[in-house]
Amino acid sequence: MTTDILTVTNLKKYFVIGHSGILKRKPITVKAVDGVSFTVKEGETFGLVGESGSGKSTVAYTTIGMYRPTAGNISFRGQNLFEGNRTRPLALKKEIQIVFQDPGSSLNPRRNIRQILELPLRIHRPGDNRLEEIVRLLEMVELPPDYMHKYPQMLGGGEKQMVAIARALATEPSFIILDEPTSALDVSIQAKIINLLIRLQDEFHLSYLFITHDLSLMRNVASRVAIMYLGKICEVAEAAEFFRNPYHPYTQMLLSAIPVVSEEEEKLKPKKIISTGEIPSPVNIPSGCSFHLRCPKKMDICSEVDPVMVEVEEGHTVRCHLYGQP
Amino acid sequence: MNTATLQAQDSAGLSAGTPLLLEIKDLYVHFDVYGGTLKVLDGVNFTVRSGEKVGLVGETGCGKTTTMKAILRILPMPPARIPGGEIYFKGQDILKMGEADLRRVRSEGISMIFQDPTAALNPVFTIGQQLEAVVKYSLEGKKLSRREIRERAIIPLREVALPDPERMLDSYPIQLSGGMRQRVCIAMALVASRELLIADEPGTSLDVTIQDQILRLLHRLVEEKNVSVILITHTLGVVRETTDRVYVMYAGNMVEAADTRELFARPMHPYTRGLMDAVPRLTGGGIAGGIRGRIPDYLDPPPGCRFHPRCDHAMDICRQEKPPFYRLSDNHEVACFLYRDGG
Repeated sequence: MTTDILTVTNLKKYFVIGHSGILKRKPITVKAVDGVSFTVKEGETFGLVGESGSGKSTVAYTTIGMYRPTAGNISFRGQNLFEGNRTRPLALKKEIQIVFQDPGSSLNPRRNIRQILELPLRIHRPGDNRLEEIVRLLEMVELPPDYMHKYPQMLGGGEKQMVAIARALATEPSFIILDEPTSALDVSIQAKIINLLIRLQDEFHLSYLFITHDLSLMRNVASRVAIMYLGKICEVAEAAEFFRNPYHPYTQMLLSAIPVVSEEEEKLKPKKIISTGEIPSPVNIPSGCSFHLRCPKKMDICSEVDPVMVEVEEGHTVRCHLYGQP
Repeated sequence: MNTATLQAQDSAGLSAGTPLLLEIKDLYVHFDVYGGTLKVLDGVNFTVRSGEKVGLVGETGCGKTTTMKAILRILPMPPARIPGGEIYFKGQDILKMGEADLRRVRSEGISMIFQDPTAALNPVFTIGQQLEAVVKYSLEGKKLSRREIRERAIIPLREVALPDPERMLDSYPIQLSGGMRQRVCIAMALVASRELLIADEPGTSLDVTIQDQILRLLHRLVEEKNVSVILITHTLGVVRETTDRVYVMYAGNMVEAADTRELFARPMHPYTRGLMDAVPRLTGGGIAGGIRGRIPDYLDPPPGCRFHPRCDHAMDICRQEKPPFYRLSDNHEVACFLYRDGG
């Protein structure tokens, strides 16, 4: 029986982007994340999928501690990440690390790779031999040791991302958030990074929160997948089950829109759904189910009542009126 | 279709009077930069027949966009330089054209949709002003009145399924979403009738559901108007679903050309195979290891086949000579010495 490493309960994150009204006192809020709950189990890869503007990165940034949640709770191994008003203890920061989407902007261009990798070592592991450790970290991500003297702009996109991964590994974390780690890269390089991540996960028993918009990538890396739309999760299931049996109309739409390279994959795509419309602005979230404007199976109730999560099969939950209370 | 295809390809050497719409012959593009010359395009051959949808795939930095910009002669010169090659559009060499002929090609012959719709639209003019300018300078536009021009400009907006096209004409690009902006760009490319449309990664900067809509829209309009298309992308799946024939490009060279179905059924070049294996599949089963190394430095590209430092099958000849195109079947050619005895 695996234990839960990260539990997110009813997480909400609203941003105030301006004020309206005569006295400019009424805040205009963007509900970037609006009641998200999920758990990540020890040693698994949990995939979070959604289009741009769905709030998936906000979930990541809140988990890492860049934002404080408006409401709700995140706990890591039973410990609340936002207890009181204190800053997060160093021991917790060490356990949770992040790899960003664009390694071009997440690595300091004025520091060489050695300096980049040295910082987390100095803070989190003061007693260790740093030079030795840097060589070991570079080895872990399959880069030669002399790379420590290079600067980020001398490296290719894939190599930069490997350095970013090495930096995340430097604190010996148990949980890594991967925020679209390969979407800025070509497929041949993406394949290398993904294989590296899978190997590291086995070696160090890491848990991943993997954020991406690429469902076919998700199929190959995640054990469980959640789909987000406008700040809410609409479906959660085991990866294989997910692609065999998608319930939510939005999931079906996403699946049908993926360009694929073989006939076998073509058969997995739901045929009848044709994608329409765009994700609305999170400032004006539609009433009821937020997907109803684009939904091909819309009913009257959808524009009025927001559906709740129901379990349609074991471990497969969906938030849609089509699948009523069992 | 196959016999016609073949004849077209066989007679390709004859320039004028062929059924080819566009033919690029042995094109070289170099960039003079501080530190030397970037030898980017290295003898590119490429053809498009009337009514054909041709895909061009390759990784970032392999010269796809450079090739297309050379066609429209919108490469910044200097630093770019074209030391050799010919680009025939309807039998006329674009590289040798005067200003007036070139303007005619751009306004009546070829149009292009760019990857980033935000950068392609001018932020200080309304959609209407930008669309009307295209109509005004097109072939039919010269004799139209202002009202007629405005009416003409609304038609393509309606065709690309934008809501409320009249209001759209008075909007600025910043007021539209990414998907809408790309639709406007498509509208702009189609407002005056053209013979060839170059679509440079039209969906890449957009979400997958929006990309799907844009590609379906493009497909429908192209069928209706009987326009030839060059679709540039690095997503193999997009090519498979939208084109008739595909070129695979690597480091400034075409490495494989085949009918789309054929290419996806039997990829031959080690690079194409590596790319194909690296694509994550919906059926699961993990991802292959990718291709080792990275795209070569154009200042000092490897001699012989430019792919040999990354190739698992490299032989001595690969390091010395550049492989020519070997014909494997009627609709499949590959530039690799592995197939010199016909595969």
